[in-house]
Amino acid sequence: MSTETAEARPDGLSPSQTVGPFFHYGLTPGAAYGHVPVSVDGQVAAPGTPSEPIVLTGRVVDGAGDPVPDAMLEIWQADSDGRYAHPDDGRPRASNSFTGFGRSDTTAEGVYRFTTIKPGRVPGPGGREQAPHVLVAVFGRGMLKQLFTRIYFDDEASNAEDPILALVPAGRRPTLIARRDGDTFTLDIRLQGGDETVFFDV
Amino acid sequence: MSLVLPRSSTVAHPPSLHPAYTSTVLRAPREPLVLVPHTLTELTGPVYGQGKVRDSDADLTTQHAGEPQGERIIVTGRVLDEDGRPVPNALVELWQANAAGRYVHVRDQHPAPLDPNFTGAGRYLTGTDGRYRFTTVRPGAYPWRNHHNAWRPAHIHFSVFGPSFLSRLVTQMYFPGDPLFPFDPIFNSIPDEAARNRLVARFDLAVTQPEWALGYQFDIVLRGREATPTEEPHEH
Ligand SMILES: [Fe+2]
Repeated sequence: MSTETAEARPDGLSPSQTVGPFFHYGLTPGAAYGHVPVSVDGQVAAPGTPSEPIVLTGRVVDGAGDPVPDAMLEIWQADSDGRYAHPDDGRPRASNSFTGFGRSDTTAEGVYRFTTIKPGRVPGPGGREQAPHVLVAVFGRGMLKQLFTRIYFDDEASNAEDPILALVPAGRRPTLIARRDGDTFTLDIRLQGGDETVFFDV
Repeated sequence: MSLVLPRSSTVAHPPSLHPAYTSTVLRAPREPLVLVPHTLTELTGPVYGQGKVRDSDADLTTQHAGEPQGERIIVTGRVLDEDGRPVPNALVELWQANAAGRYVHVRDQHPAPLDPNFTGAGRYLTGTDGRYRFTTVRPGAYPWRNHHNAWRPAHIHFSVFGPSFLSRLVTQMYFPGDPLFPFDPIFNSIPDEAARNRLVARFDLAVTQPEWALGYQFDIVLRGREATPTEEPHEH
Protein backbone atom coordinates (compact mmCIF):
# COMPACT_ATOMS: atom_id res chain seq x y z
CA MET A 1 0.00 0.00 0.00
CA SER A 2 1.22 3.45 -0.82
CA THR A 3 1.53 5.83 2.11
CA GLU A 4 1.37 8.80 -0.24
CA THR A 5 -2.39 8.97 -0.46
CA ALA A 6 -4.24 11.88 1.11
CA GLU A 7 -6.22 9.51 3.30
CA ALA A 8 -3.19 7.70 4.72
CA ARG A 9 -3.54 6.63 8.30
CA PRO A 10 -1.60 9.08 10.49
CA ASP A 11 1.70 7.91 11.99
CA GLY A 12 0.48 8.82 15.46
CA LEU A 13 -1.09 11.49 17.61
CA SER A 14 0.00 15.08 17.64
CA PRO A 15 1.98 15.26 20.88
CA SER A 16 0.84 17.51 23.71
CA GLN A 17 2.74 20.63 24.74
CA THR A 18 2.26 22.85 27.75
CA VAL A 19 -0.41 25.53 27.72
CA GLY A 20 2.37 27.82 29.00
CA PRO A 21 2.03 30.88 31.22
CA PHE A 22 0.29 33.14 28.70
CA PHE A 23 -2.86 31.23 27.73
CA HIS A 24 -5.29 33.57 29.47
CA TYR A 25 -5.97 36.04 26.66
CA GLY A 26 -6.56 33.13 24.28
CA LEU A 27 -8.49 30.66 26.43
CA THR A 28 -9.82 32.47 29.50
CA PRO A 29 -9.88 36.13 28.41
CA GLY A 30 -12.60 37.27 30.82
CA ALA A 31 -12.69 40.92 31.70
CA ALA A 32 -8.93 41.41 31.46
CA TYR A 33 -9.05 40.98 27.67
CA GLY A 34 -12.59 42.08 27.05
CA HIS A 35 -12.20 42.35 23.26
CA VAL A 36 -11.42 38.62 22.88
CA PRO A 37 -14.50 36.41 22.42
CA VAL A 38 -15.09 33.82 25.15
CA SER A 39 -15.47 30.21 23.96
CA VAL A 40 -16.39 28.79 27.36
CA ASP A 41 -15.99 29.91 30.96
CA GLY A 42 -16.71 28.84 34.52
CA GLN A 43 -20.43 29.41 34.29
CA VAL A 44 -21.47 25.94 33.24
CA ALA A 45 -25.12 26.35 34.17
CA ALA A 46 -26.95 29.54 33.38
CA PRO A 47 -28.83 31.01 36.33
CA GLY A 48 -32.26 29.41 36.55
CA THR A 49 -31.24 26.03 35.10
CA PRO A 50 -33.85 23.70 36.58
CA SER A 51 -31.63 21.69 38.91
CA GLU A 52 -29.67 22.04 42.07
CA PRO A 53 -27.21 24.92 41.53
CA ILE A 54 -23.79 24.46 43.08
CA VAL A 55 -20.40 26.13 43.15
CA LEU A 56 -17.34 23.93 42.60
CA THR A 57 -14.15 25.51 43.83
CA GLY A 58 -10.76 24.83 45.36
CA ARG A 59 -7.08 25.57 45.08
CA VAL A 60 -4.50 24.03 42.78
CA VAL A 61 -1.22 23.57 44.68
CA ASP A 62 2.20 22.26 43.65
CA GLY A 63 4.64 19.86 45.26
CA ALA A 64 5.91 22.59 47.60
CA GLY A 65 2.37 23.34 48.74
CA ASP A 66 2.37 26.66 46.90
CA PRO A 67 -0.67 27.80 44.94
CA VAL A 68 -0.46 27.44 41.16
CA PRO A 69 -1.56 30.77 39.73
CA ASP A 70 -1.28 29.75 36.07
CA ALA A 71 -3.31 26.55 35.85
CA MET A 72 -6.52 25.96 33.94
CA LEU A 73 -9.25 23.42 34.66
CA GLU A 74 -11.81 22.09 32.25
CA ILE A 75 -14.76 20.05 33.48
CA TRP A 76 -17.23 17.73 31.75
CA GLN A 77 -20.35 16.45 33.44
CA ALA A 78 -23.81 15.06 32.97
CA ASP A 79 -27.02 16.94 33.71
CA SER A 80 -29.10 16.27 36.81
CA ASP A 81 -30.65 13.22 35.12
CA GLY A 82 -27.21 11.79 34.44
CA ARG A 83 -27.30 12.50 30.69
CA TYR A 84 -24.55 13.99 28.58
CA ALA A 85 -25.04 16.68 25.96
CA HIS A 86 -23.39 14.51 23.31
CA PRO A 87 -24.80 12.44 20.43
CA ASP A 88 -23.25 9.22 21.79
CA ASP A 89 -25.51 9.54 24.83
CA GLY A 90 -28.65 8.83 22.86
CA ARG A 91 -31.06 9.15 25.78
CA PRO A 92 -33.50 12.05 25.65
CA ARG A 93 -32.76 15.04 27.84
CA ALA A 94 -35.18 17.26 29.72
CA SER A 95 -33.41 20.40 28.47
CA ASN A 96 -30.84 21.09 25.79
CA SER A 97 -29.54 24.26 27.40
CA PHE A 98 -27.05 22.60 29.72
CA THR A 99 -23.78 21.79 27.92
CA GLY A 100 -21.96 20.25 30.89
CA PHE A 101 -18.68 21.84 29.85
CA GLY A 102 -16.75 24.54 31.71
CA ARG A 103 -13.32 26.16 31.86
CA SER A 104 -11.70 28.13 34.67
CA ASP A 105 -8.24 29.55 35.11
CA THR A 106 -6.76 29.89 38.58
CA THR A 107 -6.39 33.16 40.45
CA ALA A 108 -3.15 34.49 41.96
CA GLU A 109 -4.09 32.34 44.98
CA GLY A 110 -4.48 29.26 42.78
CA VAL A 111 -8.28 29.18 43.06
CA TYR A 112 -10.55 27.72 40.37
CA ARG A 113 -14.31 28.21 40.38
CA PHE A 114 -17.31 26.84 38.49
CA THR A 115 -20.98 27.59 38.86
CA THR A 116 -22.87 24.52 37.73
CA ILE A 117 -25.46 21.97 38.80
CA LYS A 118 -25.15 18.72 40.63
CA PRO A 119 -24.88 15.91 38.06
CA GLY A 120 -26.98 12.76 38.27
CA ARG A 121 -25.76 9.17 38.24
CA VAL A 122 -24.51 7.89 34.89
CA PRO A 123 -24.04 4.43 33.42
CA GLY A 124 -20.79 2.67 34.24
CA PRO A 125 -18.94 -0.48 33.29
CA GLY A 126 -20.79 -3.77 33.43
CA GLY A 127 -24.17 -2.10 33.83
CA ARG A 128 -23.23 -0.67 37.23
CA GLU A 129 -24.25 2.95 37.78
CA GLN A 130 -21.60 5.48 38.69
CA ALA A 131 -21.98 7.94 41.53
CA PRO A 132 -22.46 11.60 40.49
CA HIS A 133 -19.12 12.98 39.38
CA VAL A 134 -17.39 15.57 37.24
CA LEU A 135 -14.49 14.73 34.93
CA VAL A 136 -11.62 17.21 35.20
CA ALA A 137 -8.65 18.02 32.96
CA VAL A 138 -5.89 20.09 34.55
CA PHE A 139 -3.59 22.18 32.37
CA GLY A 140 -0.84 24.58 33.40
CA ARG A 141 2.56 26.08 32.92
CA GLY A 142 5.02 23.34 33.80
CA MET A 143 2.54 20.68 32.72
CA LEU A 144 3.47 19.08 29.40
CA LYS A 145 0.10 17.33 29.09
CA GLN A 146 -3.20 17.55 30.90
CA LEU A 147 -3.88 15.44 33.96
CA PHE A 148 -7.28 13.79 34.29
CA THR A 149 -9.06 13.47 37.61
CA ARG A 150 -12.64 13.40 38.90
CA ILE A 151 -14.64 15.30 41.48
CA TYR A 152 -17.18 13.36 43.57
CA PHE A 153 -19.53 14.80 46.20
CA ASP A 154 -19.36 14.02 49.92
CA ASP A 155 -23.15 13.94 50.36
CA GLU A 156 -23.67 11.06 47.93
CA ALA A 157 -24.18 7.64 49.52
CA SER A 158 -23.62 6.06 46.09
CA ASN A 159 -19.89 6.86 46.33
CA ALA A 160 -19.60 3.62 48.28
CA GLU A 161 -20.65 1.59 45.24
CA ASP A 162 -18.98 3.66 42.50
CA PRO A 163 -17.02 1.34 40.19
CA ILE A 164 -14.30 3.90 39.46
CA LEU A 165 -13.72 4.95 43.08
CA ALA A 166 -13.48 1.24 43.87
CA LEU A 167 -10.32 1.11 41.72
CA VAL A 168 -8.65 3.81 43.84
CA PRO A 169 -6.75 2.76 46.98
CA ALA A 170 -9.11 3.55 49.87
CA GLY A 171 -6.63 5.87 51.56
CA ARG A 172 -6.44 8.09 48.48
CA ARG A 173 -10.18 8.33 47.72
CA PRO A 174 -10.67 11.47 49.85
CA THR A 175 -8.53 13.38 47.32
CA LEU A 176 -11.43 12.98 44.87
CA ILE A 177 -14.37 13.90 47.12
CA ALA A 178 -15.46 17.52 47.45
CA ARG A 179 -16.83 18.70 50.79
CA ARG A 180 -20.16 20.47 50.96
CA ASP A 181 -20.79 23.77 52.74
CA GLY A 182 -24.16 25.24 51.78
CA ASP A 183 -24.31 25.24 47.98
CA THR A 184 -20.50 25.21 47.65
CA PHE A 185 -18.40 22.09 47.17
CA THR A 186 -14.67 22.51 47.79
CA LEU A 187 -11.84 20.28 46.63
CA ASP A 188 -8.16 21.18 46.34
CA ILE A 189 -6.07 19.69 43.54
CA ARG A 190 -2.61 18.72 44.77
CA LEU A 191 -0.39 18.10 41.78
CA GLN A 192 2.35 16.43 43.82
CA GLY A 193 3.38 15.42 47.31
CA GLY A 194 1.44 14.66 50.49
CA ASP A 195 -2.23 13.97 49.79
CA GLU A 196 -1.45 14.10 46.09
CA THR A 197 -4.65 14.08 44.05
CA VAL A 198 -5.41 10.82 42.29
CA PHE A 199 -4.91 11.25 38.57
CA PHE A 200 -6.19 8.68 36.13
CA ASP A 201 -4.59 6.70 33.36
CA VAL A 202 -7.33 6.96 30.78
CA MET B 1 -21.36 4.13 19.96
CA SER B 2 -18.23 2.97 18.21
CA LEU B 3 -15.51 5.32 19.41
CA VAL B 4 -12.42 3.73 20.93
CA LEU B 5 -9.48 5.55 22.52
CA PRO B 6 -6.49 3.20 22.71
CA ARG B 7 -4.14 4.09 25.54
CA SER B 8 -1.19 2.88 23.50
CA SER B 9 -1.49 5.93 21.24
CA THR B 10 -0.61 8.27 24.08
CA VAL B 11 3.04 7.21 23.93
CA ALA B 12 3.39 10.15 21.54
CA HIS B 13 2.99 12.59 24.44
CA PRO B 14 5.81 13.87 26.64
CA PRO B 15 6.09 12.58 30.20
CA SER B 16 4.68 14.87 32.90
CA LEU B 17 8.13 15.07 34.50
CA HIS B 18 10.87 16.41 32.23
CA PRO B 19 13.46 18.00 34.55
CA ALA B 20 15.12 20.00 31.76
CA TYR B 21 11.85 21.97 31.76
CA THR B 22 12.31 23.02 35.36
CA SER B 23 8.69 23.98 36.08
CA THR B 24 7.67 20.33 35.69
CA VAL B 25 9.67 19.31 38.77
CA LEU B 26 7.07 20.50 41.31
CA ARG B 27 4.03 20.05 39.07
CA ALA B 28 4.31 16.45 37.90
CA PRO B 29 2.56 13.80 40.02
CA ARG B 30 4.83 11.34 41.80
CA GLU B 31 2.18 8.71 42.47
CA PRO B 32 1.35 6.30 39.65
CA LEU B 33 -1.74 7.13 37.62
CA VAL B 34 -4.73 4.93 38.46
CA LEU B 35 -5.88 2.86 35.50
CA VAL B 36 -9.65 3.08 34.97
CA PRO B 37 -11.95 1.92 32.17
CA HIS B 38 -13.49 4.34 29.70
CA THR B 39 -17.09 4.98 30.65
CA LEU B 40 -19.72 7.13 28.99
CA THR B 41 -18.13 10.04 30.87
CA GLU B 42 -14.78 9.63 29.10
CA LEU B 43 -16.19 8.67 25.72
CA THR B 44 -18.31 11.79 25.35
CA GLY B 45 -17.25 15.41 25.37
CA PRO B 46 -18.27 18.96 24.61
CA VAL B 47 -19.93 19.71 21.30
CA TYR B 48 -19.28 23.27 20.26
CA GLY B 49 -22.16 25.07 18.60
CA GLN B 50 -22.19 26.44 15.07
CA GLY B 51 -22.64 30.18 14.96
CA LYS B 52 -20.60 30.92 18.06
CA VAL B 53 -17.41 31.41 16.06
CA ARG B 54 -17.28 34.38 13.70
CA ASP B 55 -15.37 34.39 10.42
CA SER B 56 -13.39 37.36 11.71
CA ASP B 57 -12.05 35.23 14.58
CA ALA B 58 -9.83 33.44 12.04
CA ASP B 59 -8.02 36.53 10.75
CA LEU B 60 -5.64 37.87 13.38
CA THR B 61 -4.46 40.64 11.03
CA THR B 62 -7.82 42.44 10.86
CA GLN B 63 -8.88 42.61 14.51
CA HIS B 64 -7.69 46.19 15.02
CA ALA B 65 -7.78 49.55 13.25
CA GLY B 66 -4.50 48.95 11.43
CA GLU B 67 -2.43 46.01 10.23
CA PRO B 68 0.05 44.32 12.55
CA GLN B 69 3.79 44.44 11.93
CA GLY B 70 5.51 41.31 10.70
CA GLU B 71 5.48 38.62 8.09
CA ARG B 72 1.91 37.77 7.11
CA ILE B 73 1.23 34.02 7.02
CA ILE B 74 -1.61 31.60 6.40
CA VAL B 75 -1.78 28.55 8.68
CA THR B 76 -4.15 25.80 7.60
CA GLY B 77 -4.55 22.10 8.15
CA ARG B 78 -6.97 19.34 9.02
CA VAL B 79 -8.06 18.04 12.39
CA LEU B 80 -7.98 14.24 12.05
CA ASP B 81 -8.72 11.22 14.19
CA GLU B 82 -6.36 8.26 14.48
CA ASP B 83 -7.87 6.68 11.37
CA GLY B 84 -7.08 9.82 9.39
CA ARG B 85 -10.72 10.79 9.15
CA PRO B 86 -11.57 14.50 9.36
CA VAL B 87 -13.03 15.73 12.65
CA PRO B 88 -15.89 18.11 11.82
CA ASN B 89 -17.14 20.85 14.16
CA ALA B 90 -13.85 20.81 16.06
CA LEU B 91 -13.19 24.03 17.92
CA VAL B 92 -9.63 25.19 17.24
CA GLU B 93 -8.33 28.02 19.41
CA LEU B 94 -4.90 29.57 19.01
CA TRP B 95 -2.80 32.23 20.68
CA GLN B 96 0.67 33.52 19.94
CA ALA B 97 3.28 36.21 20.44
CA ASN B 98 3.55 39.09 17.99
CA ALA B 99 6.28 39.40 15.35
CA ALA B 100 8.69 40.77 17.96
CA GLY B 101 8.18 37.79 20.27
CA ARG B 102 5.99 39.67 22.77
CA TYR B 103 2.67 38.41 24.11
CA VAL B 104 -0.12 40.87 24.81
CA HIS B 105 -0.42 39.03 28.15
CA VAL B 106 -0.20 41.32 31.19
CA ARG B 107 2.49 39.13 32.78
CA ASP B 108 4.84 39.05 29.76
CA GLN B 109 7.89 41.11 30.75
CA HIS B 110 10.00 40.57 27.60
CA PRO B 111 11.30 44.03 26.60
CA ALA B 112 10.13 43.75 23.00
CA PRO B 113 7.48 46.10 21.62
CA LEU B 114 3.78 45.41 21.85
CA ASP B 115 1.89 45.94 18.61
CA PRO B 116 -1.29 47.99 19.02
CA ASN B 117 -2.68 46.21 15.97
CA PHE B 118 -2.13 42.67 17.19
CA THR B 119 -3.74 40.68 19.99
CA GLY B 120 -2.77 37.22 18.80
CA ALA B 121 -5.88 35.18 19.63
CA GLY B 122 -8.08 33.36 17.11
CA ARG B 123 -10.72 30.65 16.75
CA TYR B 124 -12.05 28.40 14.04
CA LEU B 125 -14.74 25.72 13.89
CA THR B 126 -13.81 23.02 11.37
CA GLY B 127 -16.21 22.08 8.59
CA THR B 128 -17.06 18.59 7.38
CA ASP B 129 -13.57 18.30 5.86
CA GLY B 130 -11.97 18.90 9.27
CA ARG B 131 -10.06 21.85 7.87
CA TYR B 132 -9.21 25.08 9.69
CA ARG B 133 -7.52 28.18 8.29
CA PHE B 134 -6.02 31.22 10.00
CA THR B 135 -4.38 34.37 8.71
CA THR B 136 -1.84 35.82 11.13
CA VAL B 137 1.76 37.00 11.36
CA ARG B 138 4.75 34.83 12.06
CA PRO B 139 5.50 35.03 15.80
CA GLY B 140 8.99 35.92 16.99
CA ALA B 141 11.19 33.80 19.22
CA TYR B 142 11.25 34.96 22.84
CA PRO B 143 13.43 34.46 25.91
CA TRP B 144 12.34 32.69 29.09
CA ARG B 145 13.99 31.99 32.41
CA ASN B 146 14.19 28.20 32.37
CA HIS B 147 18.00 28.28 32.11
CA HIS B 148 20.73 30.71 31.07
CA ASN B 149 20.10 32.21 27.63
CA ALA B 150 16.93 30.19 27.10
CA TRP B 151 14.85 31.04 24.03
CA ARG B 152 11.68 29.41 22.78
CA PRO B 153 11.58 28.57 19.08
CA ALA B 154 8.88 30.50 17.27
CA HIS B 155 5.56 28.76 17.91
CA ILE B 156 1.81 29.13 17.87
CA HIS B 157 -0.21 27.65 20.74
CA PHE B 158 -3.13 25.45 19.65
CA SER B 159 -6.11 24.16 21.66
CA VAL B 160 -8.30 21.59 19.92
CA PHE B 161 -11.43 19.62 20.80
CA GLY B 162 -12.20 16.22 19.33
CA PRO B 163 -14.88 13.56 19.56
CA SER B 164 -14.44 12.98 23.31
CA PHE B 165 -13.11 14.72 26.40
CA LEU B 166 -10.06 12.44 26.17
CA SER B 167 -9.37 13.67 22.63
CA ARG B 168 -8.74 17.14 23.99
CA LEU B 169 -5.32 18.45 22.93
CA VAL B 170 -3.29 21.51 23.78
CA THR B 171 -0.10 21.76 21.78
CA GLN B 172 2.25 24.09 19.92
CA MET B 173 3.00 24.46 16.22
CA TYR B 174 6.58 25.15 15.20
CA PHE B 175 8.17 26.43 11.99
CA PRO B 176 10.45 24.35 9.78
CA GLY B 177 14.20 24.67 10.23
CA ASP B 178 14.17 26.64 13.47
CA PRO B 179 17.76 26.81 14.80
CA LEU B 180 16.45 26.83 18.39
CA PHE B 181 15.03 23.28 18.25
CA PRO B 182 18.09 21.55 19.75
CA PHE B 183 18.05 23.87 22.76
CA ASP B 184 14.36 23.86 23.66
CA PRO B 185 13.40 21.52 26.54
CA ILE B 186 9.68 21.85 25.78
CA PHE B 187 10.01 20.70 22.16
CA ASN B 188 12.49 18.01 23.21
CA SER B 189 10.25 16.72 26.01
CA ILE B 190 8.57 14.65 23.27
CA PRO B 191 10.55 11.40 23.37
CA ASP B 192 10.19 10.31 19.76
CA GLU B 193 11.79 12.35 16.99
CA ALA B 194 9.10 11.49 14.45
CA ALA B 195 6.44 12.61 16.94
CA ARG B 196 8.32 15.87 17.56
CA ASN B 197 8.42 16.53 13.86
CA ARG B 198 4.63 16.19 13.65
CA LEU B 199 4.50 19.53 15.48
CA VAL B 200 6.58 21.24 12.79
CA ALA B 201 4.42 22.88 10.13
CA ARG B 202 5.22 22.33 6.47
CA PHE B 203 5.78 25.27 4.14
CA ASP B 204 3.35 24.93 1.24
CA LEU B 205 3.69 26.96 -1.93
CA ALA B 206 0.15 25.93 -2.90
CA VAL B 207 -1.22 27.64 0.22
CA THR B 208 1.09 30.64 -0.26
CA GLN B 209 -0.72 33.56 -1.88
CA PRO B 210 1.22 35.63 -4.45
CA GLU B 211 2.04 39.16 -3.34
CA TRP B 212 0.32 38.48 -0.02
CA ALA B 213 1.31 35.74 2.45
CA LEU B 214 3.41 32.61 2.97
CA GLY B 215 1.40 29.43 3.58
CA TYR B 216 1.94 26.63 6.09
CA GLN B 217 0.17 23.29 6.52
CA PHE B 218 -0.26 21.82 10.00
CA ASP B 219 -2.45 18.73 10.47
CA ILE B 220 -3.52 17.83 14.01
CA VAL B 221 -4.18 14.19 14.96
CA LEU B 222 -6.42 13.58 17.99
CA ARG B 223 -7.19 10.50 20.08
CA GLY B 224 -10.08 8.38 18.93
CA ARG B 225 -10.89 5.99 16.14
CA GLU B 226 -13.70 3.82 14.92
CA ALA B 227 -14.02 0.48 16.68
CA THR B 228 -13.55 -2.59 14.51
CA PRO B 229 -16.40 -5.11 14.73
CA THR B 230 -14.45 -7.26 17.19
CA GLU B 231 -13.75 -4.38 19.56
CA GLU B 232 -15.90 -3.34 22.45
CA PRO B 233 -16.14 0.46 22.52
CA HIS B 234 -16.18 0.32 26.32
CA GLU B 235 -13.10 -1.20 27.89
CA HIS B 236 -14.79 -3.19 30.59
FE1 LIG C 1 4.46 30.53 24.01
